[in-house]
Amino acid sequence: MEIVKTENLTFEYIRRDEEDNVEGITTAVDNVSLSVEPGQFIAILGHNGSGKSTLAKHLNAILYPTEGTVWIDGNDTKDDSKLWTIRETAGMVFQNPDNQIIGQVVEEDVGFGPENMGVPTKEIWERVEESLKVVGMYEYRKSSPNRLSGGQKQRVSIAGVLAMHPKCIVLDEPTAMLDPVGRREVINAVRGLNDVEKITIILITHYMDEIVNADKVFVMDRGHIEMEGTPREIFSQVERLKELRLDVPQVTELAYILRQRGLPIPLGILTIDELTEALKKCR
Amino acid sequence: MLRDITLGQYYPTDSVIHRLDPRVKLFGTLMFLISLFVADNFIGYIPAVIFLVTVITLSKVPFKYMVKGMRAILFLLLLSVVFNLFTIKGEVLVSFWKLSITKEGIKTAGFMAFRLSFLVIGSSIMTLTTTPNNLTDGLEKGMGFLKIFKVPVHEIAMMMSIALRFIPILVEETDKIMKAQIARGADFESGNLIKKAKSMVPLLVPLFVSAFRRANDLAMAMEARGYKGGAGRTKMKPLVYKSRDGISYLVIFAYFALMIVLRKLF
Repeated sequence: MEIVKTENLTFEYIRRDEEDNVEGITTAVDNVSLSVEPGQFIAILGHNGSGKSTLAKHLNAILYPTEGTVWIDGNDTKDDSKLWTIRETAGMVFQNPDNQIIGQVVEEDVGFGPENMGVPTKEIWERVEESLKVVGMYEYRKSSPNRLSGGQKQRVSIAGVLAMHPKCIVLDEPTAMLDPVGRREVINAVRGLNDVEKITIILITHYMDEIVNADKVFVMDRGHIEMEGTPREIFSQVERLKELRLDVPQVTELAYILRQRGLPIPLGILTIDELTEALKKCR
Repeated sequence: MLRDITLGQYYPTDSVIHRLDPRVKLFGTLMFLISLFVADNFIGYIPAVIFLVTVITLSKVPFKYMVKGMRAILFLLLLSVVFNLFTIKGEVLVSFWKLSITKEGIKTAGFMAFRLSFLVIGSSIMTLTTTPNNLTDGLEKGMGFLKIFKVPVHEIAMMMSIALRFIPILVEETDKIMKAQIARGADFESGNLIKKAKSMVPLLVPLFVSAFRRANDLAMAMEARGYKGGAGRTKMKPLVYKSRDGISYLVIFAYFALMIVLRKLF
């Protein structure tokens, strides 16, 4: 069974003036249907305002669809009795690391989720230790979150979600506010979760180089899903991506330009190694 | 630098008092404060002095930290001493102009000074030996009985601990906004007090906006992590009474009983 499934999902933001009259309606997500199999690494790409964050908030039942349906592990998000099950199944990591850490000590923050779920004290400690080890923040367990770097804080947030033992983690632009080092730390931690812990990952981002290892990529624009496929399939269509105001990774771009200039290089080059191989064959 | 600010006035060291359950310390402080009003003469204060000195010694907190708290109430202390000194009627000792100092006046003034300083020192021992976090936990659990009266104890405790978590972040943010405005020619340094206060207004608006945005984000993050209020919640670090807490309760009761007995006797 699919872990995440949406059918004709539409969401409208309604702006109202002071007298509660409708001033305008913005359709943030427009008729989106997608499905994700357990254990997959999914990336959702899109420019600012493409509706990708709104879509993400539906997967954790923070927002409810105006039309259409979202199922998380078979549970309809509109069903109030399933609300907490859904939030335990699909964990969520947000953009700003400062605004999602609740505890004053790292380990307390990681324990927040399990505390809410009513997990017995002894098991909370086990889960906290285990999650902090997975993201490599175990030695910081007694520190104050204020003393950590952005990447470290974001890894603590991931550990906090992990301690709830979710089947799926939705990351809403987790690296947008980080420096390159922090970004790498977070992306490596996320990849580890997918490879080792077999947790379904839905990564929302506008950094192209973060999605190279994804199983499947969705590209969103103005609320629609415009493209869908493996990273290679997506990056073969450099022109189309540029139309959607998205950049391709540098290597892919270089390969694309070389190809335009007449070199026999295949489409959709993703890594430096692939390009070197292809160039060797050209001689 | 700003990341290092400690809240309240917690003095980190390891002592019996530090390790006591926060509920015991809250209760003890309350009883001590009440006992100061129970005593109505100097003999009654002898156990209070002994009690306080013992606790201070056990807490391993240097005495000067306790006295620091006194500075804040120095004015109040002087005011009450002066008023008592001149207004209490009785056997006149010295008199000049329309004012006169009486024997009773000196006695009451001295008494008030004692009482006030003990109040401050007594309560500062609690804040010096308990982390804010621990204090919040203690309040939540110790005040749990108020739930019967529909007081949202858990919610208040949660708000306190979130406030504590965000104070350093907001302080840092204030600093950032200030620097940004100084860079554009704002002046926070010169002028009198009123002018300085006025120059703070443009600082408050962006700070409030950002605080609300943060609150919004945080609420969403808490919900996403399954926060649904205090009901059905377990604790990662539950408060559990140990034998030393029981002994402390006994000591507190014994002390309070002694204070009442002394009042009846003298």
